[in-house]
Amino acid sequence: MKLAEFEIQTNKKIARDVFEMTLCGNTEDITVPGSFVNVKLDGFFLRRPISVCDVQDGVLTLIYKTVGGGTEQMSTYPAGKRLSLLTGLGNGFDVSLSGENPLLVAGGVGAPPMYLLAKRLIGQGKTVSVALGFNSVKDVFLADRLERLGAAVGIATVDGSMGKKGFVTDILPQSYSYFYACGPEPMLRAVYRATAGEGELSFEERMGCGFGACMGCTCKTLAGNKRICKDGPVLKKSEVIF
Amino acid sequence: MDMSVTLSGVRLDNPVIPASGTFGFGYEFAELYDINILGSLSFKGTTESPRYGNPTPRIAEIPQGLINSVGLQNPGVRGVIENELPRLKACFSKPVIANVGGFSVDEYVSCARLLDMQDCVGILEINISCPNVHGGGMSFGTSPKAAAQVTQAVKRAVKKPVYIKLTPNVTDVTEIARAVEQAGADGISMINTLLGMRIDIKSKKPVIANKMGGMSGPCIFPLALRMVYQVYEAVKIPIIGMGGISRAEDVIEMMLAGASAVQVGAANLVDPFACKNIIEALPAAMEKYKIDRLCDIVGGAHDGN
Repeated sequence: MKLAEFEIQTNKKIARDVFEMTLCGNTEDITVPGSFVNVKLDGFFLRRPISVCDVQDGVLTLIYKTVGGGTEQMSTYPAGKRLSLLTGLGNGFDVSLSGENPLLVAGGVGAPPMYLLAKRLIGQGKTVSVALGFNSVKDVFLADRLERLGAAVGIATVDGSMGKKGFVTDILPQSYSYFYACGPEPMLRAVYRATAGEGELSFEERMGCGFGACMGCTCKTLAGNKRICKDGPVLKKSEVIF
Repeated sequence: MDMSVTLSGVRLDNPVIPASGTFGFGYEFAELYDINILGSLSFKGTTESPRYGNPTPRIAEIPQGLINSVGLQNPGVRGVIENELPRLKACFSKPVIANVGGFSVDEYVSCARLLDMQDCVGILEINISCPNVHGGGMSFGTSPKAAAQVTQAVKRAVKKPVYIKLTPNVTDVTEIARAVEQAGADGISMINTLLGMRIDIKSKKPVIANKMGGMSGPCIFPLALRMVYQVYEAVKIPIIGMGGISRAEDVIEMMLAGASAVQVGAANLVDPFACKNIIEALPAAMEKYKIDRLCDIVGGAHDGN
């Protein structure tokens, strides 16, 4: 964990209510895919936890959805503005367990952490499949960039406006060595049921501190109580209680 | 320049103490800086049995603060003694404040007795003011008689100084303060959080699963200050003042109201360096306001001082 000032380089809309921000700063604690940063915003007391989409050469990429006053304000921040970030939070995905042909499953703004994960796995020579679920074509993002990385990308939309009509669980491939999932809880529950083998799921919860001090985001697991911010956000399928 | 203060014979290098529930058992913060610069540390509220706490969401934001409804999640006093205190002692070498929660007088007593025997514990802080648990916690802190009962029973069972943590959710806090002083309390910690609520206007439901929770943060500072000021006039035992402290100037203000030391809570959650920054800013603030010895200003805002 590190407390550091970052400078916004770009901040632009990439899909309906979804923005991409790139920031420059000390990224040395951002090492694991699936980790997150906690962003201080003007006039808001609590920081906003946002998953890491990519990190390279001191540039951090965040993709976030405007869901309330804080993220709406964040979407208006201009290039050059400096933000206080707590970096290197959360346990992240365990890439060592992926096997040869891992599956990455994401719904909506669960997609961003899958980018760095896919990049790392492909860098290790793995054959990566990605299944992305969105409500409609207006909500789709990252699919093209994941393809450019070399992943086989499938898309499902609820209204059928892009890819297969239905849910992300309707486009899961037949065989994969391990799975990684991130998205809203109903999607995670469906993925949990639709997958036969082992895998990992990344959860979301309202947080206080984001680094394990306040116990604001605790959940029950088969391996005992876990703080989503510190012991998570990624839990092994074998410990999740649904 | 002298920042040291004394609480019932326990000398602190400075008056700044992280508040219970906002600092865990210290080791998350010790990853960032040497926490031995702290005056002391009040660790996560501990009960006799392990507790999961309340369902999530447990957190809601408010202007200049937050609401929490954690509900005394902790591994139980035996788990704390076996697993948490060794880790705490590995990164903090000063006497700590053991925060004790409970649901009956017997439970407060047995938990306090076990923590009293730990060599790293300097002071016992008895939480009779948690707004997030039913059938205990705050119900002891809102009745002078029940507050006195807990105080007396714990005092009989332990050797170390006993501070009673009071709730602001009462009509007259001085009445409770006097009752615990008469029952033998060595000091008072105040204030715990204020009962509050938020409703999500999209879903039209309370944000917090338990509906209500405790407010903390800079928004409650004037209220906490007022209550410390009132209690200072009502009792002779020392007060640890808390509620929204986030700057060195707040520490001075709270001590002028009558606090012998202070706790910093919500500020730790948004800036893990908050306590360190406050301690490092204190000498300059003391110089600016011509304070040579911090302990000399306790209660300085009262008439006749």
